[in-house]
Amino acid sequence: MLIKLRRMNRPALFLMLGGSLVVSLFLASAFGAVNISFAEIWKMVLNKLPVFDFALTWRGVDETIIFQIRLLRVVGGALVGAALATAGVLFQGLLRNPMADPYIIGTSAGAALGATIAMILPISLAFLGFGLIPVFAFCGALITVILVYNLASVGGKTPIISMLLAGFVVSALLAAIMAFLMSMSERLDLSLHSVYSFLFGHISVTSWGQLAVIAPLVIGGIIVARFFAFHLNAFALGEEGAASLGIEVERDKILILALGSLLTAAAVSISGLVGFVGLVMPHAVRLSLGPDHRLLLPASALAGGAFVVIADLLARILLAPIEIPVGIITAVIGAPFFIYLLRRTRREYAF
Amino acid sequence: MIGLQIRRVNFSYLDGLVLQGINLSIGAGEMVGLLGPNGSGKTTLIKLASGILKPNQGEVRLDGTSLSQLSRKSVARCIAMVPQQFHISFAFTAKEVVTLGRIPFLKAFAEESETDKRLVLDALELVGVNELAQRRFDELSGGERQKVILAMALAQQPKLLLLDEPTAHLDISHQVEILELVRRFNVEHGLTVIAAMHDLNLASLYFSRLILLKEGRVLADGTPAQVLTEQTICEVFSASVKVEPHPVTGVPHIIVMPKGSDTERQ
Repeated sequence: MLIKLRRMNRPALFLMLGGSLVVSLFLASAFGAVNISFAEIWKMVLNKLPVFDFALTWRGVDETIIFQIRLLRVVGGALVGAALATAGVLFQGLLRNPMADPYIIGTSAGAALGATIAMILPISLAFLGFGLIPVFAFCGALITVILVYNLASVGGKTPIISMLLAGFVVSALLAAIMAFLMSMSERLDLSLHSVYSFLFGHISVTSWGQLAVIAPLVIGGIIVARFFAFHLNAFALGEEGAASLGIEVERDKILILALGSLLTAAAVSISGLVGFVGLVMPHAVRLSLGPDHRLLLPASALAGGAFVVIADLLARILLAPIEIPVGIITAVIGAPFFIYLLRRTRREYAF
Repeated sequence: MIGLQIRRVNFSYLDGLVLQGINLSIGAGEMVGLLGPNGSGKTTLIKLASGILKPNQGEVRLDGTSLSQLSRKSVARCIAMVPQQFHISFAFTAKEVVTLGRIPFLKAFAEESETDKRLVLDALELVGVNELAQRRFDELSGGERQKVILAMALAQQPKLLLLDEPTAHLDISHQVEILELVRRFNVEHGLTVIAAMHDLNLASLYFSRLILLKEGRVLADGTPAQVLTEQTICEVFSASVKVEPHPVTGVPHIIVMPKGSDTERQ
């Protein structure tokens, strides 16, 4: 089946991926504490456009649920998945390491520590529906990547190995600081629950204003990422190989790292830490479509979006009314899938 | 056709001087072999010539223009390089690898044009690896990989081809095959070639000009007969050799003398 996909023509392929994203969006909007039919969701959404005027066959509360709760969360989930999968492709392509993802090079630990610090600080600020927590997470992610990058630089160059090592060391240090802060949580009067839901991933979008900030970041980020598709293909030859194909290696490396961090931070700021998306989705797509980043980037973004939307749906309905953190669902689906890929194509991971 | 001038180039890595006072002029259409022991600076010189490394002092000029004034992209449209160590991450097919050679010519967001596609097929054909096109690059043998990489470099339509030990780790039939190919492009298409070579006899057979490096300096520069003398080889490689004319082509043929052999004792 995988080989057939590789030969499929591109429009059909993107129709299929886009279709599965749309289907997942509808599924996730329809199911939950209250089930709402697909037809009614269609009508509600289309009624928002001036040309449509369907009769109101649904309860007002259903419309509130769709527009004020579910669509926010579902669209947020799609953005989180698309951003993380794209960031994964960027980091993997740049570092030539199929195991690299937003988490390995320290973005996750940076974001989580930023969030924890925000929880400790006795400041309350609101910015377009964002509290201080996501802003700090955002800064934490970026600062960490810059720190890791500088630590790894030797004489103006950044060898991949030292980058991975620096990412590992910095992540470990930040995780230790965070564990310390959490162990002090009682004295610091931390809300353990919010730290917990941040650490294990929880898609929390409370207003369309939040999406209005995140959506352009994510969608713009994906378009810019697609611009770097050739560069990433060239990086498969190593840094010197890429340079001999006309790539400005040092400049583009920084741009790609910054872009990947931005996408990760955008995702983290509305979902906390949702793992495995940036690792598993690019792998799955690469196995079925091949490694050409011109296809890999947009296809991973679509597949990642659908994956998180479905994972979040499962998180809501599996043990309803209890909600499971979505990061646990992605880990439970992602880890066995990842092991399966690892066993099936062992050669792929030699580097 | 394009020539390369290396003017008073010094280069050092963090841990010490590698190249000192290199002055070379490579004419368009020349086929030049770089020789020297390990660590003599062959690879570094190849990288300087490709613009991947920048000299600390002096400059490398491509047809009169300093490489430092050209963008990487415009350099890549003239100069192709085949590095010594070649590993490609991810499961690219051979054809996809050859297509990478077209990157310097592609515009952002654009697909390959019909011309690009044809040049890729031509390169596969020229090197004789058509039948490998759909195979995964990482599953090919060393010799096959080297040919695919050569095809990639040719798809770049370079005026100057830089090769860093193109025959290292290959068996004798692949060594000859690769060098025959390179010579054919040099003769038929006027491609300027600079190759770092390890094997003195192969270098003598295939290159009309040889440059011998020792400890980062040019020790000899000329035809194989001028460069490959018993005295210089002994001086540079500290190996005892006899040089005789090749029985067919007449170029110098180096015969290594084992330690303690008769000549050594004499």
